Amino acid sequence: MAKFSDDKLKKVDEIVARYPAGKQKSALLPLLHLAQDEFGGWLSVETMDYVAGLLKLEPIEVYEVATFYSMFNLKPVGRYVFEVCQTGPCMIKGCDEIIEYIKKKLGIGVGETTKDGLFTLKTAECLGACGYAPMMLLGKYFRENLTPERVDQIIDECRQKAALNN
Amino acid sequence: MGRLLLLEKANVPGIRGYEVYRREGGYRSVEKALKTMTPDQVTDEVKKSGLRGRGGAGFPTGLKWSFMAKPEGVPRYLVCNADESEPGTFKDRYLMEFLPHLLVEGLIVSSYALGSKATYVYIRGEYAWIPEILEQAIAEAKANGWLGKNILGTGFDCEIYVHTGAGAYICGEETALLESLEGKRGNPRIKPPFPAVKGVWDCPTVVNNVETLAAIVPIINNGGEDYAKIGIGKSTGTKLMSACGNINKPGVFEIDMTISVEEFIYSDEYCGGIANGKRLKACIPGGSSVPILPANLLLKTVKGETRLMNYESLGDGGFVKGSMMGSGGFIVLDEDQCVVKHTLTLARFYRHESCGQCSPCREGTGWMEKILRNIDTGKGKMSDIDLLWDIQRRIEGNTICPLGDAAAWPVAAAIRHFRDEFEWHVENPEECLVRNYGLANYADPLGVATA
Repeated sequence: MAKFSDDKLKKVDEIVARYPAGKQKSALLPLLHLAQDEFGGWLSVETMDYVAGLLKLEPIEVYEVATFYSMFNLKPVGRYVFEVCQTGPCMIKGCDEIIEYIKKKLGIGVGETTKDGLFTLKTAECLGACGYAPMMLLGKYFRENLTPERVDQIIDECRQKAALNN
Repeated sequence: MGRLLLLEKANVPGIRGYEVYRREGGYRSVEKALKTMTPDQVTDEVKKSGLRGRGGAGFPTGLKWSFMAKPEGVPRYLVCNADESEPGTFKDRYLMEFLPHLLVEGLIVSSYALGSKATYVYIRGEYAWIPEILEQAIAEAKANGWLGKNILGTGFDCEIYVHTGAGAYICGEETALLESLEGKRGNPRIKPPFPAVKGVWDCPTVVNNVETLAAIVPIINNGGEDYAKIGIGKSTGTKLMSACGNINKPGVFEIDMTISVEEFIYSDEYCGGIANGKRLKACIPGGSSVPILPANLLLKTVKGETRLMNYESLGDGGFVKGSMMGSGGFIVLDEDQCVVKHTLTLARFYRHESCGQCSPCREGTGWMEKILRNIDTGKGKMSDIDLLWDIQRRIEGNTICPLGDAAAWPVAAAIRHFRDEFEWHVENPEECLVRNYGLANYADPLGVATA
């Protein structure tokens, strides 16, 4: 069963304390981020129920929120999630070609994960890097001014990191 | 180059850290406001400055502040809108990433004016590396006595907290943002009551954009009248523009709102001209929601006057022959771009981001996307163009929040100015798959556009 470490529970308390007493529901989005990072990059029903318990909410209050926001994954994803922006300014700068290139290179479609569980490809709507397009969100950081060569480097970098951690 | 008020120190090495920021004159406005001014005097100074909200609507900030209800014994809140999500806009990110202390300073002074003892920065979740930068700046400010209890011995207490969103454009709308801050789905509220009366946790709340709050610092330091001297008419002060698309120098620029659109696009100081020697086709000057303009209407108003980079001039001609300053997200399209396809990506964006509360927006955005996809892929009918027009008209003005309008306007403007391109797609279903329509006659008449 999913459970935060004592360290993370301290972080939970710290987050809840940012809001007025009795308004602990406000901590829901930050806590879902924390849970998603901690429990495999996605939110299972079990994880959401756990967060509901921490904040003394009904589980439905967590489900309805988790399903609303696009950053929460409700099914398992690969270790590295490529979220490629496809809105206007990125389209102008060739994001469609980048998405096609990633699909071919990894042999997956949008919304799919590679068999080795390393990569998931998602498309995203405007991520706020329009001047540095095309771009993707990978983990906590933006990867900008993408070219096929740059994509190759990023994929290699992820594979190397994964090999080191195994 | 005009005066820089926000980005003046952006290139000073180490300006992200407290020591350098302070050495460069940082936090003077906090000293001045807290020690020599009453909260109402701060608000008056902001009113005098003529500062207008930099998030997109352009509402006078001082006036917004003066609406804040002050019932006895009820906490009041300032919430900073850092949910920057309007396609084409990435200026707030720049401020937060490179000048975090400028925002913190502006937040402290504004919190003092509004009586907010707990101020929240609601930042979009995808800017995942920025909360740490802000939290570091907040911690440094606190360690140096600018935040916390009894600031500078004045009896004013204030804390600033960073709150992360999780991927929802709609949370940039202030009431949706407040819902989200309360840990709910980002469904906009019906107004009234306005947030200034009943905002977060039912308490009086003011929501301001990042750039707006950063601008409070020079306003207090130099006085509202000094700020109002910069710019033209009701476009006072400086504005951050984020420029993208087919230009040589995409990025964030601070302008004083007296320069022409032509200078902004072609001068090396700003966008540096159209990339690869191409010609200018069209531009969306203020973020994806505002009307797209073809080159001829962009550089000159319908009266033949030079169009300037400010609220009034960009809006000259209304929605038929003009556009809007909006959030300052400046998207440039060159002659090779397809307006139909570009409009399709925006329609898809709004369909994806509709919260689903109001049926005209929930259903209409999906219909517009489908019809535009048909036209873009050579499966459109001539009647689809009028159908699109009809749908956008029925969304506009019929929803709780402005997302419906924001979804309708780009479609309306694209059809209004580029109808021949839509018709060409319908008439040439195979050719439109292999080449773009290119530069139409409407973009030609200006010397500069073809130079």
